[in-house]
Amino acid sequence: MVVLDAAHGGSDDGARLSNGQQEKAQTLALSVRLRSLLAARGMAVVTTRESDIAVDADRRAEIANRANAQACLSLHASETGSGVHLFVSSLAPVQGARVLAWNTAQAAWVQRSLSLAGAMNSALGHAGVAVTVGRTALPAIDSMACPAVAVEVAPERASKAPGDGQGADGVDDPDYQARVAEALAAALVEWRQEAAGARHP
Amino acid sequence: MIPRYQTILFVILLVASIIMGSVLWNLRERAHQRLLQGENSAPTQAPQVTQAERAILMVANDADNSMLERMLSLPLPQNPEARARAVLGKLLDFYAAPDATHPVPGGANAIAEVFLVPIAGAQGKALQDGPELAVVNLTGAFAAGHPSGLETETLTVLSICATLHANLPRVTEVRFLVDGQPRDTLAGHADLRRTYLATEAGPAEGAHQ
Repeated sequence: MVVLDAAHGGSDDGARLSNGQQEKAQTLALSVRLRSLLAARGMAVVTTRESDIAVDADRRAEIANRANAQACLSLHASETGSGVHLFVSSLAPVQGARVLAWNTAQAAWVQRSLSLAGAMNSALGHAGVAVTVGRTALPAIDSMACPAVAVEVAPERASKAPGDGQGADGVDDPDYQARVAEALAAALVEWRQEAAGARHP
Repeated sequence: MIPRYQTILFVILLVASIIMGSVLWNLRERAHQRLLQGENSAPTQAPQVTQAERAILMVANDADNSMLERMLSLPLPQNPEARARAVLGKLLDFYAAPDATHPVPGGANAIAEVFLVPIAGAQGKALQDGPELAVVNLTGAFAAGHPSGLETETLTVLSICATLHANLPRVTEVRFLVDGQPRDTLAGHADLRRTYLATEAGPAEGAHQ
């Protein structure tokens, strides 16, 4: 089971991309594409939203935690930087916690999340996509009790400033989107094999 | 035909107006002279020349999601809160420059205030020597103009935390306000409601909401 969380939605537009698109539309498009690819590979998928609706951070984490998922991806898009940015919760890892606090549930899963980010980094690198990996404080993933990674897709170009020439290598480029989605799907399939016997932290 | 009495009245009023105007002009000139005479233009306080000191900026780079330590020599105020504000202002000036590696508009004016608060309950040290919480009050204009994105917002927050700790080692935790009020995120992504550990430039585990 994989949870795909298309960030933003409803009145929360997210970032405004240079092609005039909104981040909420881009993340939903990536979620739909990724869901199809994963379903075709026999993986069950739960999404936090299927249309342009507002879903708050707690609700997103609730959906993920009820799904008892092997992997949870929070999908984002941005005009800054380049390539794909992978973020894992910056909570300090906690081993063997019996009770998980809501705001810091991810602490028990940080090591697994880092492993998942590593698998995704490898798959994206293999697909020729530049990747950076970092840690961040994002309420939606901090409350998720599953291996969780925030995926932010930026233009493929090596940019220095937001709004630098948006062309065929922008976030909305179909070939680029397809490569990113294929690489993420490949990483999740590989992760499924690895995670089959390690559901709990 | 204008009656004679109206002509006389008009002439009297015109003359009165001219006289009043000249009297007012004279009064204004006299007042101006009095002000100039009363003003003491001699310097009474020597200007303070602050020695340039070493400042460390942790400058973010969007290209590789990294922070690079950059040392500068700056005249810094002695007051720790003013010093923190000056250092962060310099950091944000870098981000507002046209060739910035982490472009964010706003510059030094984005930092409204920095408050340093002793952390109560810190073990083993007197309150005045113990660790401090820095409360960084950003302007609403800075938050509104900040590019939206996980990477860019995270780098802004973490570079502020790391720069504060590098220059004021007693600052171990950082919280953020925008226009004096708590705010959920900087520009839709980075969490501004939690307490960040400046030592790790990351949020504290179990951070309070």
